[in-house]
Amino acid sequence: MTAAQIADDLLILVVLVDLFTLASSRLGTLIRTVALQGMVLGVLPLVAHPGELTVRTVMLATGSLALKGFVFPWLLFRATRDEAVRREARPYVGYSLSLLVGTVMIGGSFVLGARLPLPFPAVSSLLVPVALSTTMIGLFLIVSRRKAATQVLGYLVLENGIFVFGLTLAVKMPTLVEMGVLLDVFIGVFVMGIALHHIHRNFDSIDTSELTSLKDEP
Amino acid sequence: MILALVLLPALAGALAFALASNRARRVLMVASAAGHAGMVVFAWLLSPAAIGGWLKLDALGLVTLTIASGLFLASSVYAAGYLEREGRGPRRDFEEGTLFADAPERVFTGCLLLFLAAMTLVTVSHHLGLLWVAVEATTLASAPLIYFHRHHRSLEATWKYLLICSVGIALALLGTFFLAVAGSNSGQEQLPLVLGDLIAAGPSLNRLWLRVAIIFLLVGYGTKMGLAPMHTWLPDAHSESPSLVSALLSGALLNCAFLGILRVVQVSAAASDRAFISGLLVVFGLISMTVAAAFILGQADFKRMLAYSSVEHMGILALGVGLGGAGSFGAMLHSVNHSLTKGCLFLVAGNVLHTYRTKSAREVHGLLRVLPVSGALWVAGFLAIAGSPPFGPFLSELVILRAALDTGRNWVAAVYVALLAIIFVGMSAIVMRMAQPAEAGVDLPAAAGGEAASAILPPLALGAAVLVLGLYVPPALSGLLHEAGLLLEAYQ
Repeated sequence: MTAAQIADDLLILVVLVDLFTLASSRLGTLIRTVALQGMVLGVLPLVAHPGELTVRTVMLATGSLALKGFVFPWLLFRATRDEAVRREARPYVGYSLSLLVGTVMIGGSFVLGARLPLPFPAVSSLLVPVALSTTMIGLFLIVSRRKAATQVLGYLVLENGIFVFGLTLAVKMPTLVEMGVLLDVFIGVFVMGIALHHIHRNFDSIDTSELTSLKDEP
Repeated sequence: MILALVLLPALAGALAFALASNRARRVLMVASAAGHAGMVVFAWLLSPAAIGGWLKLDALGLVTLTIASGLFLASSVYAAGYLEREGRGPRRDFEEGTLFADAPERVFTGCLLLFLAAMTLVTVSHHLGLLWVAVEATTLASAPLIYFHRHHRSLEATWKYLLICSVGIALALLGTFFLAVAGSNSGQEQLPLVLGDLIAAGPSLNRLWLRVAIIFLLVGYGTKMGLAPMHTWLPDAHSESPSLVSALLSGALLNCAFLGILRVVQVSAAASDRAFISGLLVVFGLISMTVAAAFILGQADFKRMLAYSSVEHMGILALGVGLGGAGSFGAMLHSVNHSLTKGCLFLVAGNVLHTYRTKSAREVHGLLRVLPVSGALWVAGFLAIAGSPPFGPFLSELVILRAALDTGRNWVAAVYVALLAIIFVGMSAIVMRMAQPAEAGVDLPAAAGGEAASAILPPLALGAAVLVLGLYVPPALSGLLHEAGLLLEAYQ
């Protein structure tokens, strides 16, 4: 198999994981699913730029693999504790409908990807559509689920989509900026984890439909 | 010099986490704020050297940096007194009667200083990737500040702020990547994300990708800036955080996000595609002003009123830049005026809140009698923010109106003036009722502890600056603002 084929296979795996996140109702399953996606993305840079296997690429790949595959899931499991085994009973959009919306989004991304041709050759023609659909599905997860932890996972899926798009850029990001982005996402999830912990303690659940006391009252 | 500007508050922030004594921490905070402001004065005089095209202090950055640093100095003096008054231990929440405690002071002060460091980095970043990192860092450093009073309302506000802004900023990152794609046919080693390179590439940028990038960047940074309809986090965060934090969020942070948008305007002007982003900015500006007007009318909570007023003024800034020409200069002048005025108003709102123990405008009476200085500042600040002469905002709003009329956009001008008038009426009803003497039989609270010097001197200084700017704009400032305005225009 050539590097391009492996990259294609990995990208298809990313989209399948997207669909799986839309269908999973248990928080624990969802955390593990997103962790799997993070691991796939950790490997992707290594095959996306064959022949450029520098120490830098390997370090960044290891860093993002460790963060997205292990640190984030651990943080989220810690912040939610017993909540992880419960089902999300009533999401704003049901699971079957979510899957349908996800499929439409993936289809739309392929149409959109064809309309937005990259001005340079990329390792795989799937990169842009997969990036767009993962980003959209992440956004959809955030708005269609009640649990605060699920919204954090949606944010992670959204970040993953942007990460895939970052790979399309044949010319590389400067290391410093890439590290900065990774650090920001890390601290972001860390701070959100702390907030989750406080929400869990204050409201005895992590359901955001309880977060409705702030509004404009005439 | 540029590095020192970023590192001073960053190191002081780290030190604040380590210090054991609260008193020493407060001294450290005010001292670093003063040191930072001092360095900014030097930056005015010396124009510090750029560091490799990445870190550079141009006119746009210097305007934003000066606003942030000045406002931070005022807020840190206020904060020292505020933390003293707050005291320790659990207290009763005046809205719901439940008990709550404050966040540890080391977390608050430390994050406050890190917040300043992140904002400084925003103002000096000329690499759009680094700019993104810095803007996201401001979100993360300021989230714990909003959750200072640890009750569930501030937690809700913090959650909304974190999630909405992080998602918005994530879209801006995607936009940044799109911009890199737009510039990538120039065949460089690294991603073409240094502002100077993008401007030099100018018309050779791929038009399709540039426009997609502009939309994503505008929505992303617009979320952080509080442009409607992406503003939904803003009223909650501003009303639930301590007033000095609201002052910084509204006066300094929103301007930093605005700077992100201005960088995009610079690139599109260089690509001779300014009309596209200008059109979007005018639309976002008018929507923001309309939404603000709708929510200010009959607003019950005086801090939320100020928050919606920030949405309004961010709309005015977007409108000014969207009109271009003199409008860009007007927007820069207005950003200075708005920050000073809003900083003053939020600090005064903190004094009102401290004495009356309510955020409901209906329950505040006789402000001028109970708190003479704060009351007078409250009324003067309202007149200033609503655009009455002789204060600064009147002047800058007039410049923007002229820009609309001069470019022949009479409809825009008419809507703009109508919305300003509606907001004036809406705010005056709320503010004047608070200032009026109480009817007989209504108990007025005692001004507990009076009006401490640390509580009235910072807003007084900000208010005085607004008044001076309305009467006389120093040539150095107006020169800088003109230079900043010119950076936003086409380079042909």
